[in-house]
Amino acid sequence: MSFETIIGLEVHAQLLTRSKMFCRCSADYASTPPNTHVCPICLGMPGVLPTINKQAVEYTLMTALALNCQIADSTKFDRKNYPYPDLMKGYQISQYDAPIGYGGWLNIEVDGQRKRIAITRVHLEEDVAKLVHHAATGGEGYSLVDVNRAGVPLMEIVGEPDLRSPEEARHYLVKLRTILQYLGVSTGNMEEGSFRCDANISIRRQGSHNSMAKVEVKNMNSFKAVYRALEYEARRQRKAVSEGGKLTQETRGWVEERGKTVSQRSKEYAHDYRYFPEPDLPPLILSREWVEEIRAKLPELPEERRQRFIADYKLPLYNASLLTGSRAMADYFEDCLKTGILSNLSLPKRAKMVSNWLLGEVSRIMNANDIDIANFRGKVSPGRLIKLLALNLQADISTATAKSVLEEMFKTARDADDIIHQRGLSQISDTEAIEQEVLAVIKQNTQAIADYKAGKTQALKFLVGQVMRATGGRADPKLVNELIEKKLAEVSPSGEGR
Amino acid sequence: MKLSREDVLHIALLARLGLAETEIDKFREQLSNILENFEILQSVDTADTPATAQPFPLHNVLREDEVVPSLPPDQILANAPQKERDFFRVRAVLE
Repeated sequence: MSFETIIGLEVHAQLLTRSKMFCRCSADYASTPPNTHVCPICLGMPGVLPTINKQAVEYTLMTALALNCQIADSTKFDRKNYPYPDLMKGYQISQYDAPIGYGGWLNIEVDGQRKRIAITRVHLEEDVAKLVHHAATGGEGYSLVDVNRAGVPLMEIVGEPDLRSPEEARHYLVKLRTILQYLGVSTGNMEEGSFRCDANISIRRQGSHNSMAKVEVKNMNSFKAVYRALEYEARRQRKAVSEGGKLTQETRGWVEERGKTVSQRSKEYAHDYRYFPEPDLPPLILSREWVEEIRAKLPELPEERRQRFIADYKLPLYNASLLTGSRAMADYFEDCLKTGILSNLSLPKRAKMVSNWLLGEVSRIMNANDIDIANFRGKVSPGRLIKLLALNLQADISTATAKSVLEEMFKTARDADDIIHQRGLSQISDTEAIEQEVLAVIKQNTQAIADYKAGKTQALKFLVGQVMRATGGRADPKLVNELIEKKLAEVSPSGEGR
Repeated sequence: MKLSREDVLHIALLARLGLAETEIDKFREQLSNILENFEILQSVDTADTPATAQPFPLHNVLREDEVVPSLPPDQILANAPQKERDFFRVRAVLE
């Protein structure tokens, strides 16, 4: 019996505004002492009046446009009522039947195949307070409430159940996050909770249009967790059905340590939200002028940028995809090209060189240190990197030396020049100095010279290697090669001078 | 429209109100009255009136994204029935 997996994702992303959604408290709640970014509006005190943060509306419009959504002519906020201590007011201000954006789509690429995933809606709401649970030790368990996060603008992006595998779900999430990062509307950080994902997953018999019971999966705190939870759930559902069991529509939580999903008893009456229009907030009319003004300000998005990298820099598709995979990496790459250093090279040549270093050595350093390009940039600016590449290209230092210098630049945040000078690493291009080494090597390696004369060209490489070793890798290999060939032409097979 | 006893208990649960036996009948009466009044309003022909979520002729009341200082935690927590350090403390609520 063959089954198909049906997945739809719901993403919540905190918006990068300075202030909260409906009041002027700071929205920066990370690493602030508890309950320090709180006011009577956050607490839902009687008589307070919330007001809408314009920037949050514009960020949501930008996202909706980037996701090819239709934009509502007019929209409003609604109250979603439910009793839970993370809601100070007893309701969350959200959008019910008039989301800002709807009917959009997003392209993903899986195994070279492009697939369009429909976006149901993009709407705006507010985040809730953070609860810290304390288990009962003898007495009754309790929770501590920190209200700093309550009221932070939260954008919800609901996708259609168009995804057919955990792998597609992962691609969708990565693509969505990349778009939000390009737009600069969210950090997209899943581990810190500023980008969250819930999933709906069900299975159906191949060819059938009727899915079995839909399961909602929560508590996935990383891209890997989403993938693993969906893999687990797809397998669990198949197994249950194959064994003659019945699936129930339920909410299950992903338990990372156990690598499985666990049924969560649903809250009684949890879905009786009694939505009604928020009486404190007048509706929003999204005029065509406003929407077009926002559209005109949209930055270049990942796919456009990738195409431009291929067209302008003649980069292969693979390199262009990797470089534009994050806005920060693409910016670093282009900032290197903008420095004016090495501008004697053609743009494609320069681009190829920078691309090779970024995807090679720089990526290696980032992986080894578990950091991203922003952290790397903090140590090695684009200007510093390209100066290093220039020194390498002008043969002041060999490529091997350049790599070790880059490592040290990263560790010490110093200039390449500085390190090369201090460690005495600059390439020896002084013919006389190299000639002396060449003569010494020739004297010591009569067998290799005999081999060379006998037609074994491999022997030349060996001799070059010997000279490079004698100079600590600092000799210009091209020059060494030339000098050896010249000297060998002058000496007899015995190694004696003519 | 007459509310049932179950309707009243459901509404009470949503509002987190405990009702005494005598109150159930009393509120059943009162809530039913309110609904009956709305039924009268609903009989008005509104076919030519556009739907509105707001009685005021206002729209697009927006504010710039600017931060002002919040209140100090001791004031925020001043009305809390229970607190611990600078946190509100509540009874455990499990998902």
